[in-house]
Amino acid sequence: MAETQTAATPEQDERIREMSAFRKALIRPELGAICGAILVFVFFIAIAGDSGMFAPEGIINWGTVSAQFAIIAVGACLLMIAGEFDLSVGSMIGFSGIIIALLTVHWGLPAWFSILTAFALTLTIGALNGYLVIRTGLPSFIVTLASLYILRGLTIFISITTTRKTIIGGVREAAEGDPIAWLFGGKVFSGLFVWLADMGVVGKFVAGPRAGQPVVEGIPMLMVWALALIVFGHFLLTRTRFGNWIFASGGDAQAARYVGVPVNRVKILMFMFSAFCATIFATCQVMEFGSAAADRGLLKEFEAIISVVIGGALLTGGYGSVVGAALGALIFGVVQQGLFFAGVESSLFRVFLGVILLLAVILNTFIRRMITGER
Amino acid sequence: MSAPLIELVDIEKHFGPVIALNGVSVSVNAGECHCLLGDNGAGKSTFIKTMSGVHKPTRGKILVEGREVDFDSPRDAMQAGIATVYQDLAMIPLMSVTRNFWMGREPQKRVGPFKFFDFAKANEVTLTEMAKMGIRLRSPDQAVGTLSGGERQTVAISRAVFFGAKVLILDEPTSALGVRQTSNVLATIDKVRKNGIGVVFITHNVRHAMAVGDRFTVLNRGKTLGTAKRGDIKAEELQDLMAGGQDLAQLEGSLGGTV
Repeated sequence: MAETQTAATPEQDERIREMSAFRKALIRPELGAICGAILVFVFFIAIAGDSGMFAPEGIINWGTVSAQFAIIAVGACLLMIAGEFDLSVGSMIGFSGIIIALLTVHWGLPAWFSILTAFALTLTIGALNGYLVIRTGLPSFIVTLASLYILRGLTIFISITTTRKTIIGGVREAAEGDPIAWLFGGKVFSGLFVWLADMGVVGKFVAGPRAGQPVVEGIPMLMVWALALIVFGHFLLTRTRFGNWIFASGGDAQAARYVGVPVNRVKILMFMFSAFCATIFATCQVMEFGSAAADRGLLKEFEAIISVVIGGALLTGGYGSVVGAALGALIFGVVQQGLFFAGVESSLFRVFLGVILLLAVILNTFIRRMITGER
Repeated sequence: MSAPLIELVDIEKHFGPVIALNGVSVSVNAGECHCLLGDNGAGKSTFIKTMSGVHKPTRGKILVEGREVDFDSPRDAMQAGIATVYQDLAMIPLMSVTRNFWMGREPQKRVGPFKFFDFAKANEVTLTEMAKMGIRLRSPDQAVGTLSGGERQTVAISRAVFFGAKVLILDEPTSALGVRQTSNVLATIDKVRKNGIGVVFITHNVRHAMAVGDRFTVLNRGKTLGTAKRGDIKAEELQDLMAGGQDLAQLEGSLGGTV
């Protein structure tokens, strides 16, 4: 802190002033996101509380959207803390979706093979992104901006030249009974929801082909993945040796190298992890919709980065939190769907994004100054 | 007397046509503080980078405890017990003291199939080591950015010592510090030396050197101008040697002996 330094009283011990609890809380990266999350919940309970937004099916609705944001936010978060960006996330989502659909539907390969192929390809591309950033020393912003265009173009090209379409459907049918496809498109705890419906906690369909079934079928695997990735990312970052290397690589790569941290390896692995998260997102989406489109995932990279920044991470690297990023994703999902429930014009969502991003960055810069004692 | 911890004999280093070092010899004994003085451009940085394995000397040899060695990388030098604390690259301000202290050598504990960073042990050791150097931390997860420049140097020094450094190279540790912080760092150097570690203290401040140095070597234009023992040389003489004699004497006169 600037003031503790300038007030240089002679004794060591006296110099260390007790930090107020408020200040201590303020330098936790998640604080802004926690406040933001509480704020949006209070706001939407007030204006859309009776619209069904907080009924079980409503919760599943915004929960799913938040989980989508969270999956890519975890990847972007760890990468940003390691000091790099990945702007190719959105293109990677479109790319892996088309690869899966093309292999399963067009060429009739088993879904598990297509999914694994998509993962192998995107992990390779992620590694390549990382390798190029390390080798050339260029900012990752530029390198992955190039991959953004290259991948998007390739995806549309591959899709058009093989099927003359940019949307490939019929994936769900082709993936029926596949050993791993349910990991992405399935739902869990269906029994629980049948029971809850019988207890009257969850509503049942009263008419139509699904009459008598609960309105909530189960927890989508998308949410399970989101939760698993958040828990994994959080523990990796805060509780392991590798997590310390992530912080160090983003905090000061040269200082980290001097003490033997394998900075290049850490960064390349984080690029691969970001690609992995994008592919999880894409696979869940393809399995849920039953189709893939070459333009899927547009602007997702920015939404991921915004979630991470709302979560308290610094754009310059070396500081941030996975839990914060997850809360950022939650804020996103709640606001996007909440505006819909509240019947507000949905274009206002973008306005909200811009405003909250600006506020988050200003708050983070302020927090950074508090931590490092910069002017 | 046993062989010096490290001895560099007639080191020459050329960068293309530029001769950065032209025959520099320095030795460091256990428990001594060897001050390396020189004005900007005298070759101090090149010399310590040679000593710490960043540069390979063009000519000359390096002996560690009497045996000739050949450092290919800073890691080799570190393994031989030679640790370098750089002025501004020592610590990462956004990370906690514990995370910085253990960076690259994190202790781990096994929980089932997973290995976790053993924070309980790491925090405890960090606090004890800091206390030995006279720094009382508010908490081990306090960010290094909240420490003063002198304290950061001290954390870096105690880290190097804890991880088994036999020779500690300090690159201008006091140049950016205030009076109070400087004396703290000098006191730390004194403590480290008393533990039998050889310290190479690079500075261009004669007063700082005189405060802790056992021997003094002056570099000027890539050459050693000789090594003097404490008591054999006066501060003014060192100052003159650094500047290359004459010029500074005149300048000093006009400034009334304040330099």
